[in-house]
Amino acid sequence: MHIVVCTKYTPDSEAKMSITEEGNVSWGDSPLIINPWDEYSVEEALLLRDEYGGTVTVISMGPEEALEALKHAVAMGADEAIRVWDDACAGSDTLATSYVLAKTIEKIGDADLVLCGKSAIDAQTWQTGAALATRLGCPSLMYTIDITELNADEMSITVERLLEEGRQVVSAPLPAVVGTIKGINEPRYTSFIGIRKAAKMDYPLWTLEDIDADLQKVGPSGSGVRWPEVFEPPVREGEAEIVEAETVEEEAEILVEKLLAEKVV
Amino acid sequence: MGNDIVVWVEQFEGEAPGASWEAMGAARSLAEGQGGDVIACLFGDDGLEELAQEAFSYGADKVLLARGASLVDFRVEPYAALLEQAVKDVEPEIILIAATFRGRELGPALAVKLETGCIADCTALSTEDGQVVATRPIYAGKLMSRCTIPERRPQIFTTRVRAFGKPEPQPDRDGEVVELEPTMAEDQIGVKVAGFKETEGGVSLADASIIVSGGRGVAGPEGYEPLRELAETLNAAIGASRAAVDAGWIPYEHQVGQTGKTVSPDLYIACGISGAIQHLAGMRTSKVIVAINKDPEAPIFKVADYGLVEDLFDAVPALAEVLREKLQ
Repeated sequence: MHIVVCTKYTPDSEAKMSITEEGNVSWGDSPLIINPWDEYSVEEALLLRDEYGGTVTVISMGPEEALEALKHAVAMGADEAIRVWDDACAGSDTLATSYVLAKTIEKIGDADLVLCGKSAIDAQTWQTGAALATRLGCPSLMYTIDITELNADEMSITVERLLEEGRQVVSAPLPAVVGTIKGINEPRYTSFIGIRKAAKMDYPLWTLEDIDADLQKVGPSGSGVRWPEVFEPPVREGEAEIVEAETVEEEAEILVEKLLAEKVV
Repeated sequence: MGNDIVVWVEQFEGEAPGASWEAMGAARSLAEGQGGDVIACLFGDDGLEELAQEAFSYGADKVLLARGASLVDFRVEPYAALLEQAVKDVEPEIILIAATFRGRELGPALAVKLETGCIADCTALSTEDGQVVATRPIYAGKLMSRCTIPERRPQIFTTRVRAFGKPEPQPDRDGEVVELEPTMAEDQIGVKVAGFKETEGGVSLADASIIVSGGRGVAGPEGYEPLRELAETLNAAIGASRAAVDAGWIPYEHQVGQTGKTVSPDLYIACGISGAIQHLAGMRTSKVIVAINKDPEAPIFKVADYGLVEDLFDAVPALAEVLREKLQ
């Protein structure tokens, strides 16, 4: 079984985000990390590999910083890691990114299962997984919280995926694209040996030529969406009005009066 | 290409979520500015006639309706194929889809099929020089982005749940219903639905107008009991901080914050939640925030409107008691 995991690097989720005077996004001195949602897909890929055998390849479209995501996945236990990049890829929206990832997976050639996180914590579009599935002509199984069966002989998969009203139980033929969410597993910590392996690992860089991509379909020319302006949202003003009284019952009375006046209860 | 607006209205067991009607309201507002009809697309099996009437009452001028066994449950393959066909017939300028789980999967799939842009999770839409400008949160709402789809048509937007007001239904509104045929036969569809496990009881976080949320301070799974009683009184959903979910006290479905759900209720009651930046990112757009925490220094008081510096195990039952009396 060859499992391909798509990853992305992002600023740490604790980062204080701001806009610089030049209008660029800044995450201060926060480190770049693997997108936290992708850790669940890497972990799931490793669990499946350990149960069914095979190889886990992680891929990431991005400049050199993308190595952070790949290294983390390798330190967790992934077998191979490929970075895909060309300066022409800058400014890609999910339409263009899904194209590059699909061409990369087609070039890999023998992927039985593609895993990705539900969304990246930076742009938070939730789109790349489903777009990728459509590009590959594969079943799209986003928001998977449990892979209940993987049948390597029949090349099929059964998952429970989260929808608003509960969990939809679905099965599909492989290859398929599965989007994982938190709750599917508990991602492992990286070990010292893993980190050393990741440091020594060779990370091949595939160019657009390597994946036989059409230049018109990447970057701004391959994208539908432009994002000309990023700004800081207005801050929520001031401090809470602390309700104080002799007893907690009286405080509750006062608070409820205020909530009734606000018309929120 | 006309200037019509297509809204995909999702349904589960013949009922549409409020989020789809919010998208309809957003479409109506855009149509007032640019002209054109608002066309609802409705796929399913039973109960679609009633839903079509509902769609008219919420602002649709026309309903494209498709029914069949292959459309009972949401699956990307048949839904995206059918929506693609409908869009090619109608040639709309804009497509709006509520950013629910289903909508967030359908939008990008449709965008790939149509080779166009899809702007996710919009919280505001306006028209400037004939171009729709979308505002959306990034980095869990720590920053905002303004986006456009300047060259490709149609423009697809998913609307964040509860970001747009749900319109007042107008029962006397009516329109034309056009029936569509499903474009895929069952044997062409790879994904098979084997069942559905409905979440037991309770209100879903996504469309709750009130959320009662518990963090580290609830101190264990049983600590959610007083919160559940308060939630029942208010018809509220139960939320949780990452600390409580990671401790295994409550399932992930309840997590609010950067690595959980982003919510925007009318009232958010944070009980025993300190207010880590990750949690604040997921609930800061709530209309009114109440914080209940023993620690007066907790950062949650910086974003809250009202605070009780109390033990939640005293304050939450007291609050439930008063509300039961007042709301009777």
